[in-house]
Amino acid sequence: MELLYTFLAIFPIAFISPYIVRQKSTWGWTLALVPAAIFILLLRFVTDVSHGHTEILALNWLPTLDISLMLYIDGLSLLFALIISFIGFLIIIYASGYFHHNNYAGRFYMIVLLFMGAMLGVVLAGNLFTMFVFWELTSFTSYLLIGWNHEKEESRWAALQSLIVTGGGGLALFAGLILMRLIVGSFDIADILSQPELIRSHSFYIPVLILVALGAFTKSAQFPFHFWLPGAMAAPTPVSAYLHSATMVKAGIYLLARLNPVLGGTAEWTTVITLVGGLTMVTGAALALPQNDLKKLLAYTTVSALGMITLLIGLGTSLAIKAAMVFLLVHSLYKGSLFMVAGGIDHAAGTRDVRLLSGLGRLLPFTATAGLLAALSMSGLPPFFGFIGKELVYEANLHAPQWVWILTATGLFANAVNVTVAIVVGIRPFWGQKHEKLGHGHEGPLGLWLGPLIAAAAGLLLGLYPAWVAKPLFSPTVSAILAQDYSVKLKLWHGLNTALLLSFLTILVGILLYVVRANFARIQQRLAVLQPIYPSMLFKNGLNKFLFLSDKATRALQNGNLYVYLITIFSVMAAGLWLQVISSYNINVKIDFHDFNFIDLGIVMLMIVATFMAILTRGRLTAVTALGVIGFGVALIYILHGAPDVAITQLVIETLTVVLFVLILYRFPRFTLLSKKSTRMRDASLAVLVGFMMTSLLLMKNSAESLANISPFFVENSVIKAHGHNIVNVILVDFRGIDTLGEITVLSVAALGVYALLKLKMGAKEK
Amino acid sequence: MKMLIVSPILIPLVAAILALLLPRRLGKLAGVAGPAALLAASLALLHWVLRDGIQVLQIGNWPAPFGITFVVDIFSAIMVVLTGIIGFALAVYSFHSIEPERFKFGYYSLFNILLMGVAGAFTTGDIFNMYVWFEVLLISSFVLMVLGGERAQIEGAVKYVTLNLLSSTFFLIAVAILYGKLGTLNMADLAVRVSQTYDDTLVKVASLLLLGAFGIKAAIFPLYFWLPASYHTPPAAVSALFAGLLTKVGVYAIIRTFTLIFIWDRTVTHNVILIIAGFTMFFGVIGAVVQFDFRRLLSFHIISQIGYMMMGLGLFTTVAISGSLFHIIHNILAKTNLFLISGFVYHLQGSYALKKLGGLYRRQPLLAFLFIIPAFSLAGIPPLSGFWSKFLLIKAGLQLEGWIIVSIALIVSLLTLYSMTKIWAEVFWKPDPQAKPYSVEKNAKYYSMLMPIIFMAAINALVGLYAEPFLNLTLKAADQLMHPSIYIEAVLGGYLP
Repeated sequence: MELLYTFLAIFPIAFISPYIVRQKSTWGWTLALVPAAIFILLLRFVTDVSHGHTEILALNWLPTLDISLMLYIDGLSLLFALIISFIGFLIIIYASGYFHHNNYAGRFYMIVLLFMGAMLGVVLAGNLFTMFVFWELTSFTSYLLIGWNHEKEESRWAALQSLIVTGGGGLALFAGLILMRLIVGSFDIADILSQPELIRSHSFYIPVLILVALGAFTKSAQFPFHFWLPGAMAAPTPVSAYLHSATMVKAGIYLLARLNPVLGGTAEWTTVITLVGGLTMVTGAALALPQNDLKKLLAYTTVSALGMITLLIGLGTSLAIKAAMVFLLVHSLYKGSLFMVAGGIDHAAGTRDVRLLSGLGRLLPFTATAGLLAALSMSGLPPFFGFIGKELVYEANLHAPQWVWILTATGLFANAVNVTVAIVVGIRPFWGQKHEKLGHGHEGPLGLWLGPLIAAAAGLLLGLYPAWVAKPLFSPTVSAILAQDYSVKLKLWHGLNTALLLSFLTILVGILLYVVRANFARIQQRLAVLQPIYPSMLFKNGLNKFLFLSDKATRALQNGNLYVYLITIFSVMAAGLWLQVISSYNINVKIDFHDFNFIDLGIVMLMIVATFMAILTRGRLTAVTALGVIGFGVALIYILHGAPDVAITQLVIETLTVVLFVLILYRFPRFTLLSKKSTRMRDASLAVLVGFMMTSLLLMKNSAESLANISPFFVENSVIKAHGHNIVNVILVDFRGIDTLGEITVLSVAALGVYALLKLKMGAKEK
Repeated sequence: MKMLIVSPILIPLVAAILALLLPRRLGKLAGVAGPAALLAASLALLHWVLRDGIQVLQIGNWPAPFGITFVVDIFSAIMVVLTGIIGFALAVYSFHSIEPERFKFGYYSLFNILLMGVAGAFTTGDIFNMYVWFEVLLISSFVLMVLGGERAQIEGAVKYVTLNLLSSTFFLIAVAILYGKLGTLNMADLAVRVSQTYDDTLVKVASLLLLGAFGIKAAIFPLYFWLPASYHTPPAAVSALFAGLLTKVGVYAIIRTFTLIFIWDRTVTHNVILIIAGFTMFFGVIGAVVQFDFRRLLSFHIISQIGYMMMGLGLFTTVAISGSLFHIIHNILAKTNLFLISGFVYHLQGSYALKKLGGLYRRQPLLAFLFIIPAFSLAGIPPLSGFWSKFLLIKAGLQLEGWIIVSIALIVSLLTLYSMTKIWAEVFWKPDPQAKPYSVEKNAKYYSMLMPIIFMAAINALVGLYAEPFLNLTLKAADQLMHPSIYIEAVLGGYLP
């Protein structure tokens, strides 16, 4: 439970970290104690886990939804969590050097710690729902960090691009996880892993697979979503090293590995994952070749490496899974280190352009050592850990159930590019004569080279003593992914075999590519015609196109014209009502003339004439008068049919309305006819539709059999209980008195409003 | 004790009268004290309803369905509490940010009358009485909107009042038809009688008219035009008040009538609602993504979020309805606060135009942090509040295999994220285009505007991070709504016609 509490403590610590750093800007390194503590607490689980145990630590969180905050510690999550806390430790130390004297360093530590907590949450969560919560949090913190240099347009765009791509994938994943919950009835990983057959045979299997894969692919920068990752290099170097190479981009891989026991093993899974992984691996490698920016070089090889790991998971054989996991650790160590080295070079030389970088070895001895060690591991030379990783990859490719030749050839290409890039990034900047444009840089503070050196040295150490991690760490990891016991043995020397031959060939091809690499920039220029179909351009243009169309649609709908709004609302309502009336078969209209006499007829005729006059006349005054006639006609009918009180109200209102209208019309400009005839016809037909509708509704209401209504109660109780003889009055002030309270309020407010409108004119005062 | 049921109406009424009659300073205090008391009363009411079930008050002791009945179930109580929270926060926010001229012409009275209308609509059990409360809040919001008489205000207000009067007309016709056909106005009684007159054209027409009338109020597609035309014109506090409460009254009325009364023909009505939901969320959000005015962007956003509330009703399961209710809670808290923040930014930089703003991430880190909470709540980033309602709605949608509405909801959620990052990037990240020397006087106005923002953000964060009691609450409320017989029984008691 200490682990759970320490893990939870990361979040409050993150929020107070700006205050710690504000006290003294060099205190940033103290925050490295957080990942260090996590790392040590995790180590305590190694023995248990290596014996095949799975530890579950749980806290109640949302019992209503049956979701708990649970840590699930098996080999897989332990491996990832160890990587996250170890590299996190190095990164914070590195950042304390990198953000020396930066006023905003506090925010950086806050966000990075939040990210670290979230990332640990993703891999340790024992519940897919909780995992998803942390998953989104990593996207969000990544967004804030990519936009670190937010005053630059380019940074903001890169941040947005990554957020939309990973956020979109996150939503797909969300739907996928909920579907899985609907299949299994639980979000708990333990429950889900126990139902592989149920999930694979369920009709939701394919949607789940696609949605989960979308989540994983966007997060782990798989083709065609890879483009956000090179863009993310706009972030400060510690971020690139940590989020965008060592940890966050591997969340997708973690997810695939985690769900391999239930989703994997089908033809669909193998095809989709292997294909996308392979494409990514080759694309990333090919795009890395023409780059000249240290971080871009590293970013594209990261894409390539992520593709390779994905491909191996897609293959799904025990050899492939073993290779994937070992290569994952290898990659985190050397890539994290090389990114930090690149930051050190940038700090000292003021540029990341490899064409300008040379001869820095003497100025930066420690950084150079770290660069060399990491580069050798990346190239896969013995006795580095990278060598073991690469051998395993070849072995897995050679023993794949299908596509052996393609896998081996593409793998060779990607590995060779790794060699090339390793030379360009880790070795060449330090050799030879110093470029004349470079200033007199010097080694940065301790923090700036200690981190990369430790990471690179770890790559050498694990190469020499692979047994330290083979059995305690990788055996349970691979067992967890395969869902069966599997014992991993790692050796540096495998004897003379095809894999060794391929390793040798890789180095040769890599050096060859290095020699001819000047040509790749030219090839890239030739291919510039293809730019419109680059995924990054498709994304950008697609977004712009979408915004353009949205703008058009919005302007069409919300065009500022009240008249159009009214037409729309009337049309919608009329259409809806007519549909409703026509679609029901029991229309029942009976017109009853029995108490209709000649006086009524006269009044009605008068009203009809007045109506046509109001419509047809061109004089405003005539129209108002005609409307008044209609109103008085209604009042007369009330009188004739025994409702004098209502009639009086109606008369008062009609008189007032006409008087007000006349007063206002007096101020109006002369009447002119501006509308087109077609417009008037359209309005007229709409008016007829609505009017006819209302008439039919009234007729239908009058012909329908009504249920007994509540008015007899008022008649009976008006005198007895409410002590009033005028029933209407009693209803107004007693039975429904609170309605009257409301209406009085309405009138008072209206009066206040009229007063304010007449008296208060603030418009003139303001600019 | 029974008086507690109508206290959400009486307290603001008394406060409004006092604010108008007392001398200026005391009047202003009354204007703030009213909403504070309302908040306290509403919390007590919620507590009571949770403990003892639905509470009913027959006004004047005239038994239902003859008199007017006030009914508070959990849903109503939640809405009244939200009214109290918003009212209190905005009253404080207004205290220094509204100009003295507006106070002189009854700003706080109108403000409290509006709260009274809103609370009345949430608690009444009588369809005609609801119409009266709609009138109260329409007239008071109209006057609040024109108060000050600036040109843009008047222009927006004319559209606002015209289209809303149209809504009132539809409402009144529907009530007339219902009364003519069913002979009653009490909503519980209506529910009983509707279930007896199975499949009646007039009742169906009335339900459609009510959907249209409430739909205009709630700003659903394609009846929402008045909202983006008017919400950005009055002072920020007024915009925030409208944004938080007015459309939700329409949503409340739709949910109330379509869970209590019109439930006999769900394959038609609720599918129509679901289709409307999809269009509303989509057209709202595409309106939002292209705006370059802080408040106009937020206004279009309101529409989009209404779509989610309708989605839960359209799906019509307990989980879905609780998703809608959670979304209402979340949205009122988050959206109101965003309007408050826009007003605060206006106070700092003198504009609502995104192009003219910038640089606040560096200068106002606290404000940036406070913005992140509601903005990314709206975008549904976990574990903030909007995520939970999204989860409930998506889960309910997938359960019913409503692939289309779920896809739309997810895509709209991504676009929401985009539009929130747009504000974030323009107002907080981008360098300040004016680049003038910068100093903010930290006076009473500054703090009286900042404090409500902090208050709202804190509640919003609580709802997200400690979602359990709120999820529990909305599930209970939804369960009540899905069993209208509880409501009917509470209102009519032994009396059944």
